[in-house]
Amino acid sequence: MSSHAHAHPVVHAPTGFISKYIFSVDHKVIGIQYFLLALTSVVIGIILSLLMRFHLVWPGAHLPFVNGGIMTPEQYAALVTMHGTIMVFFVLTTAPQGGFGNYFLPIQIGAADMAFPRLNMLSFWVTFLAFVCIVAAFFVPGGAPISGWTGYTPLSGLGDVTGPGEGWGQTMWILSISLFCLASLLGALNFIATTIDLRAPGMSLFRMPLTCWGWFVTAILGLLAFGVLLAGGILLLLDRSAGTSFFIPAGVVVSDQVQNHSGGSPLLWQHLFWFFGHPEVYIAILPGMGVASHVLSTFSRKPVFGYRAMAYAICGIGFLGFMVWGHHMFLSGMSPYSGFAFSVMTMAIGVPSAIKTFNWLGTLWGGKIQFKSPMLFAIGFVSLFVSGGLSGLFLAQPAVDNLLHATYYVVAHFHLVMGVAAIFGIFAATYFWFPKMFGRMMNEPLGKLHFWFTFVGAYCIFMPMHFLGIAGGIRRYADSTGVQYLPPLQPLHYFMTIAAFITGAAQLLFIINFFWSLKRGPRASINPWNATTLEWITASPPPHDNFGGNYPSVYRGPYEYSVPGASEDFTPQNVPPAEVARAK
Amino acid sequence: MRIRNPNTRRKDSGSAATAAMLALIIVVMVVTTVYIFVSRPVWSVPPPPITSVGVDIDHQYDLTLYVTGTVFILSQLGLAYAIFRFRDRGQKAHFTRGNNTMEVLWTTATIILFLGLGILGHKAWAAVRFTEASPEAIKVEVTTNQFVYNFRYPGADGKFGRLDPKQISASTGNALGIDANDPAGKDDIVVPTLTVPVNREVELLIRSQDVIHNFFVRELRLQQDAVPGLEVPLHFTANTIGDYEIVCTQLCGLGHYRMRSVLHVVSDSDYLKFLKEQAPVQ
Repeated sequence: MSSHAHAHPVVHAPTGFISKYIFSVDHKVIGIQYFLLALTSVVIGIILSLLMRFHLVWPGAHLPFVNGGIMTPEQYAALVTMHGTIMVFFVLTTAPQGGFGNYFLPIQIGAADMAFPRLNMLSFWVTFLAFVCIVAAFFVPGGAPISGWTGYTPLSGLGDVTGPGEGWGQTMWILSISLFCLASLLGALNFIATTIDLRAPGMSLFRMPLTCWGWFVTAILGLLAFGVLLAGGILLLLDRSAGTSFFIPAGVVVSDQVQNHSGGSPLLWQHLFWFFGHPEVYIAILPGMGVASHVLSTFSRKPVFGYRAMAYAICGIGFLGFMVWGHHMFLSGMSPYSGFAFSVMTMAIGVPSAIKTFNWLGTLWGGKIQFKSPMLFAIGFVSLFVSGGLSGLFLAQPAVDNLLHATYYVVAHFHLVMGVAAIFGIFAATYFWFPKMFGRMMNEPLGKLHFWFTFVGAYCIFMPMHFLGIAGGIRRYADSTGVQYLPPLQPLHYFMTIAAFITGAAQLLFIINFFWSLKRGPRASINPWNATTLEWITASPPPHDNFGGNYPSVYRGPYEYSVPGASEDFTPQNVPPAEVARAK
Repeated sequence: MRIRNPNTRRKDSGSAATAAMLALIIVVMVVTTVYIFVSRPVWSVPPPPITSVGVDIDHQYDLTLYVTGTVFILSQLGLAYAIFRFRDRGQKAHFTRGNNTMEVLWTTATIILFLGLGILGHKAWAAVRFTEASPEAIKVEVTTNQFVYNFRYPGADGKFGRLDPKQISASTGNALGIDANDPAGKDDIVVPTLTVPVNREVELLIRSQDVIHNFFVRELRLQQDAVPGLEVPLHFTANTIGDYEIVCTQLCGLGHYRMRSVLHVVSDSDYLKFLKEQAPVQ
């Protein structure tokens, strides 16, 4: 790159409302669009989960908005399906990557926009279309699908003979997921190209903030994983509508009727689904890990402990993440020998995860910890990630899986480690970057209150759930009346439901804080947290081209806090060494 | 010499309260969790296993619990300690970029611990899944459909009759579609619950007619999906007479939550009685 790299012309922002806020090609606007889509989705997802929790405790209660008054088992199964689908795709994938990644990746590497701004806009609008499809599934004849977010065939492959919601609802689900995959593929390409090509002078890969590492590796995972699910979705659609039999074997009989299929394999769908589905877990959590590292370092006033080890661990998790999908299928009828292989690979993924945890503790150790809202959520992230991650070591062993598979233990595990932990990453990111995105500060006391309720609440919901699972509580059951050993376990359900309602209600604190601060929060300065990375050297919010034509050069790593000899306890990446010395 | 103004002091005490509260929450969470795991209230544990492999599985579970429990306690308490100890009291942060020796140390330690655990756990898995049932094992075919189990015994001839999906008719009593033209099927016994003799090896042949279901008995510590198009063998030897619930763990449709059956483990004489009572009239 030539030395003229700095002399970019100032790019003027579009002035029309539609080109500025709706069909915008500005990565910041698109990032906020993704964020708002995720916010809408998470409200829907939480309401669905509260309905489920309510039904598990009071199955006979009359609900005014339910057709017929009392929730039916198929309506419960539809809630299970839609909650999982909306949360995994439209919240955990959309907010950290599409939202914050879109907004901050270009700024943090010193670029004016994503590599392909128009493609970026297309990604968002296709994602939005996918969202419309999934919501529409509630309203089509037969209602929402009942086959879970995993959509196992033949339940999902034969149409409405296998259950209500398996007709139109399942079709809408497949359409939605396929569109989502397409959008995510485009997004992944864009993230990868941006990271590789658009870094500012001096911004070597190992000077990137760990957030960028998270988004970069997540994009690579997305590129390799979403294509496989997209193919799977198309094949499933063909099975349902064109008479093919990719996933359905011969001799399937439903209600005494022989189905006109032969030669397919239900396990093939599971392989395709989980080849996507397991990396998807890391797609949800890697950006959160990046945010946690970023925030922990900032508010400990210390460099990230073992920065390179952290970057390698993200790559390690991403790499191993593609070799463990079979651990979802230990008891599926897959060869038990491959079960053993998948088990060992899965245990191995605990190693980079542990490296990350130890390095987070190392970052806090010896720091000068400031407990701002984003920091509380980042610390919460570490605690929840440890709690949720360790239970994975049980589930990674096929022998132990004989006892725990498909019980609430699994639900507790993945909710803590990829649900709540990832959400804590999103909250940390929101409290941390809100001043930059909207030019105003969020309210600290409300933020702290939100944290206390959510942190305690998350543990109250999901810790008891482990015990329910170990005792044999099976997930996805509409109620506890069908199996005799379940009613004695009901008190656990009561406890969790009450905790869920309190925690759910506490999220209003966040919503209120968010929208109140948007209008009334105190004006944010350029760098309210005294942070070091490039998003904190430009205006809050940044101008259309991010740096007002004044593009930065980078002279050091991203986390230079409390450097001995420097006048301030933070040294931004773009300050030339001579000026640091002068300040001294 | 730094002069503290009142504002700084107020900020410091605020940080002390927040740090103390957060550390306390984490400690309480750890203590409660550990207490429940140690005191084992009835709603937090499965019933005792009724197979020797089940005992091995529980042993591996316990071993995993000790390892993960130790890591859980140390890292959560370490986190709580660090939060409180290193709260902002106006001190200077200790500048460090990391420590390679420690990276190597904890990477090696976790590799040994986690992979070791995984390889040890392989024993209890191999005992059931890498071995075949002995030829003398009692064979029972398990067939699932929405939302029932059917168990088929081969009858006196020791042979299962051929199945023909076209002849399946739940209403006329031929739920499995046993081919009327196959003499081997004439004495097949089809029942909705599973009866097996105690201390005898049983081999289940698990299959499904429609969607994926599952066969799970907590006391056997065994779980297996029933997949259309596959016949998955699963063997066990139950050592305690009693009734145990069989449940479905794979989402199979609206009746998933009530798809259940019972495993009766009975004495040899009761088993013979069962076979005699169920034998079709010739």
